[in-house]
Amino acid sequence: MPRCRRTFAASGRKRGIDMARMTMIEAVRSAMDISMARDEDVVVFGEDVGYFGGVFRCTQGLQAKYGKTRCFDTPISESGIVGTAIGMAAYGLKPCVEIQFADYMYPAYDQITQEAARIRYRSNGDFTCPIVLRMPTGGGIFGGQTHSQSPEALFTHVCGLKVVVPSNPYDAKGLLIAAIEDPDPVMFLEPKRLYNGPFDGHHERPVTPWSKHELGEVPEDHYAIPIGKAEIRRAGSGVTVIAYGTMVHVALAAAEDTGVDAEVIDLRSLLPLDLDTIVQSVSKTGRCVVVHEATLTSGFGAEIVALLQEHCFYHLEAPIVRVAGWDTPYPHAQEWDYFPGPARVGRALAEVMEA
Amino acid sequence: MPDSQRLSLYVPEPAVRPGGLPDFSNVKIAKAGAVPRPEVDVASEDIRDLAYSIIRVLNQEGEAVGPWAGLLSDEALLTGLRNMMKLRAFDARMLMAQRQGKTSFYMQHLGEEAVSCAVRKALNKGDMNFPTYRQAGLLIADDYPMVEMMNQIFSNENDPLRGRQLPIMYSSKEHGFFTISGNLATQYVQAVGWAMASAIKNDTRIAAAWIGDGSTAESDFHSALVFASTYRAPVILNIVNNQWAISTFQGIARGGSGTFAARGLGFGIPALRVDGNDYLAVYAVARWAAERARRNLGPTLIEYVTYRVGAHSTSDDPSAYRPKTESDAWPLGDPVLRLKKHLILKGVWSEERHVQAEAEILDEVIDAQKRAEEHGTLHAGGKPSVRDIFEGVYAEMPPHIRRQRQKAGY
Repeated sequence: MPRCRRTFAASGRKRGIDMARMTMIEAVRSAMDISMARDEDVVVFGEDVGYFGGVFRCTQGLQAKYGKTRCFDTPISESGIVGTAIGMAAYGLKPCVEIQFADYMYPAYDQITQEAARIRYRSNGDFTCPIVLRMPTGGGIFGGQTHSQSPEALFTHVCGLKVVVPSNPYDAKGLLIAAIEDPDPVMFLEPKRLYNGPFDGHHERPVTPWSKHELGEVPEDHYAIPIGKAEIRRAGSGVTVIAYGTMVHVALAAAEDTGVDAEVIDLRSLLPLDLDTIVQSVSKTGRCVVVHEATLTSGFGAEIVALLQEHCFYHLEAPIVRVAGWDTPYPHAQEWDYFPGPARVGRALAEVMEA
Repeated sequence: MPDSQRLSLYVPEPAVRPGGLPDFSNVKIAKAGAVPRPEVDVASEDIRDLAYSIIRVLNQEGEAVGPWAGLLSDEALLTGLRNMMKLRAFDARMLMAQRQGKTSFYMQHLGEEAVSCAVRKALNKGDMNFPTYRQAGLLIADDYPMVEMMNQIFSNENDPLRGRQLPIMYSSKEHGFFTISGNLATQYVQAVGWAMASAIKNDTRIAAAWIGDGSTAESDFHSALVFASTYRAPVILNIVNNQWAISTFQGIARGGSGTFAARGLGFGIPALRVDGNDYLAVYAVARWAAERARRNLGPTLIEYVTYRVGAHSTSDDPSAYRPKTESDAWPLGDPVLRLKKHLILKGVWSEERHVQAEAEILDEVIDAQKRAEEHGTLHAGGKPSVRDIFEGVYAEMPPHIRRQRQKAGY
C-alpha cells in the first residue's frame, strides 16, 4: 500500500497547526531556531554562521536571537569545528554545526569516523556524542570539484553514524529537529540545489519555487520526522525507483517524462535504512532503478542493490540498474553531462522495463 | 641558466644512537628556583622566556627552593609519593601479567609518574581530563579502584568497557577521565570544546588536554591551539615531552622550534616549560594554569620535560634505536627518588618507611589483581559476551545490527 503524505497539503491553519511557506533554507533555519528555543544546550557554530548567517544563510538571525555564545563564527578548521563539537557533546551540550560545504569535511573525517562515531561504544555509554553536522551537498550550481561532492557513502560505511538526506523543506525541518534531538551523531546532508526549489534536473527550465510546492508548506512549530523511515513520493507498479535528495525530483521528472508506471521512493535516511519499504516495493514491482548523484563505484547504490538481491531475488524480473555520477571528479563546464539528469534516469527506466 | 645552488634535504638525527655514549648536553637545565613565578594574569608576551627555560623546585640536595615552592603540605607530598609508587608498582605487575599472556598489550609510565599524579592534584573534582595512553596517574591519584583498571586491562567479565577497548584505554566520567581514543591528538581539540562548553554554560569547571611530543605534529594540535586562543577556553594544554615517539626522537616533531612550549607563543597562549620529574614543580605549574583558567583568563600551554625510561609499549624494543644506558644519563633524575629524598630531608619520611610502603603497595596491587583475575583474564575465565559486540553502537540498536547479532547467534 503506497503511503502518500497529504496531511499538511492545504495552506493556512490545518487541524490546529500553523503552516508557513518555507524554502529549504528557511526550513533548516526554523528547525535550529525552534531547537535552540526549546533547549538551551543546543549551540550552532561553523565558518561564517554567526554574524553573517552562513554562506547559504541557513543560520541567519540566530546569533542576534540567541547571543554569540550559542551561535558563533569559527576559524576555518573543520577538525577544530568537529573536534570542539565532540568535546562540547561530552560536556552535555548538543552542538549542531555547519560544515560550509560537504567537500570541506575531510579534515574532520578522523574526528567524525574514529571519535564521534565510537565514543558511545568505546566508553560503554560513559560518554556520548549527540552532535549534528549539517553540510550542503551535491552539484548543480557550477561549483566544480570542491563544491559539488556527495560524500554520503563515506559516512554510511562508518558504524555509529546516522546519515540523513532530506529532499524538501517539510522533511528538512522535521528531520533536522529529530537529528538535533537524537542521542547519537547525525550527518545531515542538505542538497544545496534544492535549497530554493525542487530542482528536477531540467536545468534549461526555470525551477518552481518551494512556495508553489506542497512540501514547501511547513508547520511553524516543533515536529520531528523519525530518522530511518522512507517515503513513497509517487505510487506505481511497474518499477521502483530508489533515490534521495535532489535525485528524488529527477526521478519524479523521469517518470513523468517517460510515462513509465514508476514508484518513486525517497529514502530520506540512509542509515538507518528503511529496508522494509524498499523490499516491499521491489517485491511488488520486480524491477528497480537506484539513483544517486555521488560517484558510482562503491556508492550507496551498491549497498541497496546488494540488499535487494538478498531480500528480493526471487521477485526480480530484470537486473537492477544504477544511475549515478560518473567515476570522475565533478567537472565544472560539463556539469550537465555529469549530473545524472532525467534523460539518463529515463533511459534506465526504459532499459529495466524492456529487460 | 644562472648559477643555481643545488638544494639538499635536511633530516634531523638524535645526538646518539645505540652503541654511542648518551648525551643530553643539548637539554639546557635551569637551576632549581631560578625561574620567576609571574602573576596568573600576566600577558603571554611578557613571559616568552618561560617557554624556553625549565621551571624547577627540587634542587640536587632535595630542597624545595624558589618562587614555585611551598604550595604542598607534607601530607599532600606523602600522598603524591605514595601515588607515584603505586603507579610504578601497578605498571610492573601489569607488564608481568602481559608477559604471562593475561592481556595482549600494556603501556607503562616508568620515569613519568610525577606528571599525571601531580596534575590530578592541581585539578578539582568535576574538571575533565582528555588523556593519552600514558596518564593513568590521573586515575590512581583520584583513587579510582585499581581492580577496575585491571578488569579493563584483562578484558574480563567485569570490564567496564565490555571488552571493546585495547588494554589501558580507560574511561571514567566520574573521575574526570575522558575515554581514551588510541588515535593521537584527537582528544586535544575535544578538551578545548569541553572547556568552551563549560564557559558557554557559565560553569566553574575546567578541562585539561593531554598530548605527547610526537603528536604535537598532528593538525588537531594546531586546531586545538587556535580554538583555545580564539575563545580563551578554560583549558590546560599539557604536552608531555618524554623525548621519544616510539623510535622517533623529539626533534622530528619539534622541527626548528626551540621547544614544544614555544608552539604556544604564536597563538598568544602563555607557555611554560617545567621539570616533569619534579613533583612539586609539576604541581605548582599546573596549579598556576588551573587558576588562570578558573579566573576566566584562558588557556595555558605547559611542556613537561621528562624521559620515557621504559619501552613505548609491550610491542616496542627501545634498544634498537637508543643507547641502553640513556635513561641513566637523563639529567632530571627519577621522580620517585627525588620526592623521596625531599621528604627524608624534611624529616617526614625515611628509607625504612619507604621500604615498608613499597611492600604495602605491592600487597595492595596483588590483592587487586587477585580480585580482578577471579573474573577472568584475556584468554581464561569470565569474559564479556559476544552480545556486547553489537550493543552500544547506537543508543537504540538499529534493525541491521540486530539482524547481524542474530546471525552471530546472540
